[in-house]
This record gives sequence, structure tokens and C-alpha cells, in this order.
Amino acid sequence: MVIFIYVLLGIGVLFNGLGSFALLRFPDVFTRLHGATKCTTFGSIFTILATVAYGFWGVARGIQGDLTLAIHALLALIALLLTNPTGAHAIARGARRSGVLPKRAVVDAYEGYKFEEEE
Amino acid sequence: MLRSLTTGLGALVIYLILTMESGSLGLWSLEELIVGAVLALGVGLIAGRVLGKGEADYKKLLNPRRWALFLVYLVGPFFFAMFRANLDVAYRVITGRIKPGIIKISPGLKSDLAASLLGNSITLTPGTLTVDIDKENNFYIHWINVRNPQPSPEEVCGRFPRWARRIAE
Amino acid sequence: MSAFAIAAIFLGFYMLFCLIRVAAGPTVPDRVVGVDTINTLVVALMVLLGTFYKEVIFIDVAIVYALLSYIATLYIAKYLEGSPW
Repeated sequence: MVIFIYVLLGIGVLFNGLGSFALLRFPDVFTRLHGATKCTTFGSIFTILATVAYGFWGVARGIQGDLTLAIHALLALIALLLTNPTGAHAIARGARRSGVLPKRAVVDAYEGYKFEEEE
Repeated sequence: MLRSLTTGLGALVIYLILTMESGSLGLWSLEELIVGAVLALGVGLIAGRVLGKGEADYKKLLNPRRWALFLVYLVGPFFFAMFRANLDVAYRVITGRIKPGIIKISPGLKSDLAASLLGNSITLTPGTLTVDIDKENNFYIHWINVRNPQPSPEEVCGRFPRWARRIAE
Repeated sequence: MSAFAIAAIFLGFYMLFCLIRVAAGPTVPDRVVGVDTINTLVVALMVLLGTFYKEVIFIDVAIVYALLSYIATLYIAKYLEGSPW
């Protein structure tokens, strides 16, 4: 069980690092968003799953209060999963509409797209 | 009415999860149950229409079969695609081989719930990022490795539109 | 278990990468991406620290932090867009 938790933590830390490294490595906003959103969400899922596994392991050994830990961590995971892709989409849309063009783009279907005036 | 009740029910469930293990009545104490019910009712009355637009969306939200399908989708194809996405991004971070572009697909979804589900799925799966969506539910997608400037929906996001239609339409 | 603390230290170290991007990013959306990544990392770090110290309150704070930072991100993105509200 301890080894299982170590493996979960290792995968999580690895992918989180990859996500932050992608921020430095990629050339423009959109590709950076790719790296940052996907990798940090995936890594955070694994680190939080490690916490959940630890909590349920504690419940199995009869330690008081670990069930609360696991359930609250799961709720944090749900909040993260719901909010992260939506935030990335909002940033991408804001960036594109404010005039940041994707670098080295092969095709840009967004050219000539008419913004409708929303009220 | 259905709107307020659904929103209140969601608020109540979250409150009960947060206050689990607090007392004697099952997992909760009596005070927590009363406070939770009152707060959920208030939240439902004030923020009655946050979860969807029409009554039809709320009927979908109350359907347990759709929730079961959603859970199957979440741990099955979605998680697998997310794993592949991360290996893909890892490969591109290390080698730096990218060929980006913004493309347009029209998956032909009708309801807003299905469109938001598909948009979030696209953002977290291999090499794609939703940039914008217009009135006819056409998606503008930033693709990190463009193989075809005018692709079909299947080429970009696989079987996801079919899942979104089955879950939320 | 001290493994949780070690993982938390790693996450804190990764925030430095994001801070470099926030400081150096040529455009404003670049900086916003950096801040958004830091927000995700902070949530993961708080959950890990809450497990290490056995304090459930840390995880409650993490939930609230996730939701509030999401609202802040949406707000900045909407401002960047420059369209009428």
C-alpha cells in the first residue's frame, strides 16, 4: 500500500513538473496552455488520488478522521476538474480576441471570424 | 420550480458531503441537517437557473441513467484519452516538434449541456484546445499537430461527439 | 508520511518555473497562463500539506481557493477580450 501511494505521488509530481516545464519551452500562448492545462490537471489528479488512497488506508486501519480527509480531497479534485479546462478555454478565447496570433500556425480558421456584439 | 429544486438539491448534496462524520444521526448531526436544508432552499431560490437554460436541461440533470453513463465515460474513454494526451505533450515538450493551427469543426450538437461537455473533453484530450464556439455550435479548436486543414470531427476528437450526444442530448 | 512533504516541496519548486514565465512573458495572456498554472499547483500543494499535517482545514481552504481562482481567471480573460459585458 505504501508503495502504491509512492507510485501515485511520483506520477503526479512528474507530470506537474512536465506541465511547468512546458510553460518555458513552447513558443506561444496556445501551445503553453496545452502543456500547462493538461499536464498540471493530470498531475494534480494523481497527487490528490494519493491523498485519497492514504485516507482510505487509514480508515482500513481504524484511524479517526481520515475518512473526512479523503472525502474532502475528492471534492477538491472535482472542483479542479470542473474549473481547469473552462479557465483554459476562457484564456485562449480572450487571447485570440485581443489579437494574439498563434505562432508558426499552418492554418487559422479564425481569420475573418466576425465577432457578434453581445449585449 | 424544477430549476430551484434541482439547484437546491445540488447545494444540499455538496453541503452534506462537506459535513460528513459530524454526529449521531447516521453520519450527520441533526443541526447540520436542518441548517443544510435551510441554506440549500435559500440558494435554490436565489440562484435558480445557473445549471442550464430551459426546463429540458434540468430534466436531463435529474436522470440517473445519464449520470451512470457520465461516470462510465469519465473513468473509461475519457481517462484513457487524457493519459494519451499527457504522453503526447511529454513527447512534444522534449522534442519540440509542433505544427500548430486553429481549425473549425461542426459536430452538430444541439444542447448547451452537450456542447460544454464536449468542449471540456476536447481541452483535456490529445493535442486539442477549444478556443471559441459560435451560435451554431461550431467549435474553433487549436490543434497542436495539424494533419489536415479541414478535418472531420472524428479526426480531431474521435468518438467524443457520440458520447456527448448520448450523455447530454 | 514524509513522502507527502517531499512532493509538496517539488510542487513549490515548480512554481518558480511558472514565476519565470509570469515575469518574462512577452504578452499579457502569457502571464495569465503562468498565474493559472500556479493556482492549480497551489491547490495540489495544499491538499498534500493537509495530508502531511493531518489538518482537514487545509483541504477546505484548497476547495475555496480553486473556485475563487477560477472566478479570477474568468474575470481577467473577459477583460482581455475587450467585448461589452
